[in-house]
Amino acid sequence: MIKLKRVIKSGLTNFWRNSAVAMASILVLTTTLFVVGALILGSIFLESTLTGIKDRVDISVTLEPAINLTLVEDLKLELEALPEVKTVIYTSPDEELATFKERHSDNPLLMQSLEEVDNPFGARLAILATDPSQYDAVTTFLNNYDQRSTAGGSNFGVIDQISYKKDVVDKLLAIIDTSETIGLTISVLLILLSILVTFNTIALTIYISREEISVMRLVGADNPYIRGPFIVEGITAGVIASVISMFLLYPATLWIRSVTAGVYGGIDLVSYYVSHFPVIFVILLVSGIILGTVSSVLAIGRYLKV
Amino acid sequence: MIKFDNVSKIYFDKLPALRDVSFKIEPGEFVSIVGHSGAGKSTLLKLIIAEIMPTNGQVYFEDVDVHSLKHRYVPELRRRIGSVFQDFKLLPNKTAYENIAFTMEAAGRPEDEIDVDVPHILDLVGLDDKYYHFPFELSGGERQRVAIARALVNQPDLLIADEPTGNLDPLTTHEIMEIFKKINEIGTTVILTTHNKGVIDKLSKRVITLDKGHLVRDDKEGRYVI
Repeated sequence: MIKLKRVIKSGLTNFWRNSAVAMASILVLTTTLFVVGALILGSIFLESTLTGIKDRVDISVTLEPAINLTLVEDLKLELEALPEVKTVIYTSPDEELATFKERHSDNPLLMQSLEEVDNPFGARLAILATDPSQYDAVTTFLNNYDQRSTAGGSNFGVIDQISYKKDVVDKLLAIIDTSETIGLTISVLLILLSILVTFNTIALTIYISREEISVMRLVGADNPYIRGPFIVEGITAGVIASVISMFLLYPATLWIRSVTAGVYGGIDLVSYYVSHFPVIFVILLVSGIILGTVSSVLAIGRYLKV
Repeated sequence: MIKFDNVSKIYFDKLPALRDVSFKIEPGEFVSIVGHSGAGKSTLLKLIIAEIMPTNGQVYFEDVDVHSLKHRYVPELRRRIGSVFQDFKLLPNKTAYENIAFTMEAAGRPEDEIDVDVPHILDLVGLDDKYYHFPFELSGGERQRVAIARALVNQPDLLIADEPTGNLDPLTTHEIMEIFKKINEIGTTVILTTHNKGVIDKLSKRVITLDKGHLVRDDKEGRYVI
């Protein structure tokens, strides 16, 4: 206990007295933690944008106007039972007509011809899959369903039209996949790079103290007692760096919000940052402490052999 | 207390620094080790505190072969031996007070003992007004006094000093040697290396002479003869 107190006191004193060296450690740790924080926020933003785009992709099924409502209800239930399907939204023929009329209200000719016929629209089902890659399975199901109903004695199929832009969806899927892979690769590379720079800087700060370490050995200090203060210094630098990077992340989120204002589906990073402040802070704090400690322990090892 | 048994030390296949050196030092002795630069004086002291390993032979400190000690027991050995070096080897970021307190802390001594012993030992070496000075604020002689205070504060059985007056002027050298004599008078065994003829001749204590790694003389009340 008394030893721990001495180690902490000595570490903090050294940190304060070697402030120039400590600044170097804080600087690289801050850079690393800022990168980590920015990547966390960036991936959350990318994820929310991609989810937003994915949710826009759906299959629209227009049903024959003549079929009765129970059949529609059946199809809806069957679709909802599929694991690939997230939601099915039903629009009645009347609603379809209303939407159409509203959209074309400035076309008197069209309006007039509509007056003269019964509602030409069938009901519509908008199907949202759990994942865009599932749309092929859903379309196959719908085609089979249509064939079955025809074979079952009806004169016509249930489904009038399946509208699903396969090429667009496939392209979108590819883009989403690529952005996720690139995002992940860049994140991993950046983090590895920052860790390497941090480790080297801390190794240099300890290299400066190598004479001191050998003197401590020569006057009879054991390894844990020598190592302790350096670890305390590493932890202190990590804590300070995590606080600084939290401060730096706030203007960064403001900036991202201003440049991505028009991007569809992206969440508001500033409010996300504010509401998740404790979680992000704890992640950075723990990363900072681990990074500071591990770098110090690894760097000091080679000087403890005298 | 100290026994060298056919000790040789060869650094990286070069010329041997020590060749088949054997001698004994009894408790309470004051032994000077003399010789030209490169004769093997520092090597001999480094062997005692297990800073280096001998190529052949054994070095005993109170019946313990110091080089058979496991790495983690070496600090314990060093706490029983006070070391003084030519270049002082003080911790640059600690004050005179903290340099000495560090040695006591490392030995696990309690706070109240540190509060009493550190001022006491600093007063003893004549630094009662320099407690909170950093090494760079002290003169060479003052630094060496801090180093001696540090070596003594854990009340070691043996004090070894490697060229302790090598960087000091004659007056300071005289003062430092007086401190060593006092330490020896209260019962601490002292081993020091030097090539200062004046120092040795004035001491008239045991002198071991090394030449090119060989022990060439061992005189009870020796003089500097090379």
